[in-house]
Amino acid sequence: MKQVPQKDAPLKLNEAGTWIREDVSYEVNEPDAFALEEALRQKEKHTGEVVVVTAGPARASQVLREALAKGADRAIHLEDNAFVGLDAYNTARAIAAAIKDEKFDLIFTGLQSDDYGYAQTGVILAEILGWPHATIIMHIEKNDAGIRVKRELEAGFFQYVDVPLPTVLTIQSGINKLRYATLIGIKQAKTKPMRKVTLAEVQSAIGGNLQKIEKLYVPQKSKNTEFLEGPPAEVAKKLVEKLKNELRVI
Amino acid sequence: MAENVLVIVEQREGKLNRVSWETIAAGQAIAALTGWTLEAAVVGSGVAAIAAEVAAKKLARVYDVESPGLKPYTPDAFVHGLREFLEKHPAALVLMPHTYQVRDFVPKLAAALQTTAISDVIGVKYEGGKLIFTRQMFQGKFVADVSFAGTGICFVTFQNGSFRADKVEAGAAAAPVETVTVEIPAGVVRNKPQEVFKEAKQAVDLTQAEIIVSVGRGIKEQKNIELAKQLADAIGGELAASRPICDSGWLPMDRQIGSSGQTVAPKLYLALGISGAIQHIVGMKGSRSIIAINKDAEAPIFEIADYAVVGNLFDIVPALIEEVKKARG
Repeated sequence: MKQVPQKDAPLKLNEAGTWIREDVSYEVNEPDAFALEEALRQKEKHTGEVVVVTAGPARASQVLREALAKGADRAIHLEDNAFVGLDAYNTARAIAAAIKDEKFDLIFTGLQSDDYGYAQTGVILAEILGWPHATIIMHIEKNDAGIRVKRELEAGFFQYVDVPLPTVLTIQSGINKLRYATLIGIKQAKTKPMRKVTLAEVQSAIGGNLQKIEKLYVPQKSKNTEFLEGPPAEVAKKLVEKLKNELRVI
Repeated sequence: MAENVLVIVEQREGKLNRVSWETIAAGQAIAALTGWTLEAAVVGSGVAAIAAEVAAKKLARVYDVESPGLKPYTPDAFVHGLREFLEKHPAALVLMPHTYQVRDFVPKLAAALQTTAISDVIGVKYEGGKLIFTRQMFQGKFVADVSFAGTGICFVTFQNGSFRADKVEAGAAAAPVETVTVEIPAGVVRNKPQEVFKEAKQAVDLTQAEIIVSVGRGIKEQKNIELAKQLADAIGGELAASRPICDSGWLPMDRQIGSSGQTVAPKLYLALGISGAIQHIVGMKGSRSIIAINKDAEAPIFEIADYAVVGNLFDIVPALIEEVKKARG
């Protein structure tokens, strides 16, 4: 799971124009919330343990605490500011190193992150672990050989795929309904184990980023947007005038 | 590293995915900037006809990468086959469309070759002998200039609509087609895919609508959908929505616009309370005109709107319905 700036937080660029200023509010990356929910539902159906992992600075532990409050059993926090700047390949390599002694059957990730939007980390993690993977999953069912998943394809098409375990699944947002943490869950979360992993522990597994953000900037407008202002009734009149005379749709 | 660019065109079920023409247009633009050679490849089983179709374009060569093991599509087979092909025919830059299929295997292919894929790219620049790829970040609030810092193959995937398919240059003569057979040994493919299917018959075909009134998270509650419906009825348009609305079950999935829904280009797209996440924008940015109403002045939807209203849609929409009714008599 990943912590990202809140959806409607006003973002500002840092002075170098290479990243955002970090003094904003953060929340859990929404696609990852669906991944956690699906893991919790599978545990409730088949028993087992849910472990939640994040890579990020100290503030990212909030994501783990919320996950523990919702029902995850323990957490692993790769804790360092440097994790924010890693590309997808390095993030996956760091996570793979941090979980090398674990014996997971299934790894769930969100579809993509709301900050970088690479949509890659889960699939790369599968390759590093030598596991199969399936992406954009809408349904999971256990069968004799492993699991059967429903993949979403484009333009309204779907496909069932049989996948052996262990495997990595990237979960489509909207696969389930998210739960809220209960008061008792929040209380129990405080005593659940959280393992910290330092940058030094995974340093030998990662390398220099293979893609470099040279510059971050506000997009240049390709369109000449006309802003219509005034009280609602006046704006409505202006809009209808455009609909009639400029766009000619009414 | 060879100075050449390779476009891998996408085929699904033996049919060329037309978004591949956009990727070839991107490849031709890069070849023009750098002077590098441009080639293309189609990967599958029995896809020679697609290779021939692609060879009509201005390309130095087209590879028809064949193996019975490449049908049906699986990430294991595609990565294995493409790895073998790229070892024989190395390229500096490998371009693909940012489709669900490509997203399923490119990160694995890049990691297997210990390199990287710059994904969901919207533009290319050539500055001081270096290629710069632009991609959106933070849900489209910012754009990043990204360069490749590795030494191996650089994979790049392009967002739908970033280059124009109708700008692809035809070749003076058909490009030579070379068939390359790759081997997918037993045991490589671990997943067992079933037949591709369509969930339900699409009740509404939004691609045919001339006017679309579309709602996003800003509509807040299910009961407020009615307000958007009244506007759609008054103006003679179809009702549509962004993904979160359909995920919540407030409107059926067949009314969803975006990368996982329908791609539309109506005369008018009226966006109510839609912030404009990339996944939505790719499904509607081809609209002839866009009106956006949103309370957040920073919402990315305003970047592509022709007319923008910053304000509370619950005040503006009722007034608009009234005015539209008046105007239409």
